Amino acid sequence: MVCDICKKNEATVHLTQIIDNKMLKIDLCEGCSKSKGLQEANGFSLADLQVGLGAADEIAGVAGAKCSVCGFTQADFKKTGRLGCSACWDTFEQGLGGLLRAMHKSDRHVGKVPSKAAHTLVITERIKQLAGDLEQVVRAEKYEDAAQIRDQIRELESQLKIAAAKPV
Amino acid sequence: MKIDELLSTPSEWVRADGPNNKIVMTSRVRLARNLRGIPFPGWAKKTDRQRALELMRPVVEALPEMALCFSDSMDNLAALDKQLLVERHLISREHAARNVGSGVVVNDKESICVMINEEDHLRMQSIKSGLQLKNAFKMIDKVDTEIEAQLDFAFSPRLGYLTACPTNVGTGMRASAMVHLPAMVLSDQINQVVQAVNKLGLAVRGLYGEGTEALGNFFQVSNQTTLGEREGDVIDRLNKVILQIIEHEENARSTLLEKKPRVVYDQVGRAYGVLSHAHAISSKEALNLLSLLRLGVDLDLLPAENRATVDDLFMVAQPAHVQRTAERKLTAEERDSYRADLIRNRLKSVPRPGGEPPAKPTELI
Repeated sequence: MVCDICKKNEATVHLTQIIDNKMLKIDLCEGCSKSKGLQEANGFSLADLQVGLGAADEIAGVAGAKCSVCGFTQADFKKTGRLGCSACWDTFEQGLGGLLRAMHKSDRHVGKVPSKAAHTLVITERIKQLAGDLEQVVRAEKYEDAAQIRDQIRELESQLKIAAAKPV
Repeated sequence: MKIDELLSTPSEWVRADGPNNKIVMTSRVRLARNLRGIPFPGWAKKTDRQRALELMRPVVEALPEMALCFSDSMDNLAALDKQLLVERHLISREHAARNVGSGVVVNDKESICVMINEEDHLRMQSIKSGLQLKNAFKMIDKVDTEIEAQLDFAFSPRLGYLTACPTNVGTGMRASAMVHLPAMVLSDQINQVVQAVNKLGLAVRGLYGEGTEALGNFFQVSNQTTLGEREGDVIDRLNKVILQIIEHEENARSTLLEKKPRVVYDQVGRAYGVLSHAHAISSKEALNLLSLLRLGVDLDLLPAENRATVDDLFMVAQPAHVQRTAERKLTAEERDSYRADLIRNRLKSVPRPGGEPPAKPTELI
């Protein structure tokens, strides 16, 4: 087994972390594990390390893709683990799905929304999504979840009313 | 305001007067935001970065929170000044390495700091002393709302705020608490805690954040994920975990005092001995010993009025701060001597750690 970082030396350090019931694994050689500070007693996060490692594979589904706005390519992501511009998220979104799901709680944003004109659009979109979810949990007879989703929808609907009353 | 004025007051992270300040030094929340239509700083050409900086800097400076602030572009700052800002936890080490097209704006209290063109166009953070995650979030959320009214942020209804790195997309929020856990380190429980915290989807890092070691028994506990969970829920979850860590550390302290008082008195006494008698000391050794002295204050081995002296030493013992006090650039060797002199001097007003450990007869044999 070769090291996930240098891809040269034999991997002798095998790490596994379980975060939120998701297992992350990484195999490293002596040198790379030292240079990443993994032999110290303090905390480390495999998710941090996996950006730019497993990431390269995850985005492979869109081989040859190039951002039409900034010219950023899949190969650039492999090198840096960072994207080029906000439009890259559209270009590479499909390829990044797996990575996002491995890293985060889900692949869908549920937090703050900018209050500009987009506000209304975003909320409408989310109500649509939640309505779909609601149908599913009701079918599965998960009524507690259903009540939660219903409350979320109500909250969003009241936000829509407030937004409509305010001039943008 | 000039950088000297900013640096002449103790920064929020050693002011340590907030709730639970014995164990939690600071709470901080940072938000990552990007402008629509301009490449992320790491990929942008120099002209694009400069354009973005010129667009954002006046907006940040005009915030009511920034009425009194220090603001500069990174190419305008001397290397030592950048290092000072790193040591005060205002900017990242990565940001200190940046030059043309990047900037920093900090308010006079050092409670709000905005890095312009770090990994993202805007990295804004609020810092509160002690455990005050909710307040820290409120502060920075307000700043974000104010800036958002004037700048067009890159946002996707599905993915949230778009960031350069997939680890930050969504809320763009990283909330963290800096905790001081000497008793858990002394009693070898720290690894268990780190593992347990990791399992909860939270990260534990060293004193200066990502990839740094846990100097002075300080650990940064933060959320790991930014997608699929609301900001308020993340803050609540982190807050609960920190409260548990506080409880564990307090238990570890009382257990140590009860079962191994001699170990505690010995560690604190030795730390005091070395710090008040050394003539050359590295910043690493100094921070680790100061941590034990701080524990001594917490456990009443040293009078409470010395807390400020000890906390302030954490700051001034760091390399760039030593050079600022010396008012000149020093070699590593000179720094170690200067640091030792400085600490010896300050500790003159601090009495020897008092009292005897409650000796059990068996211990005396």
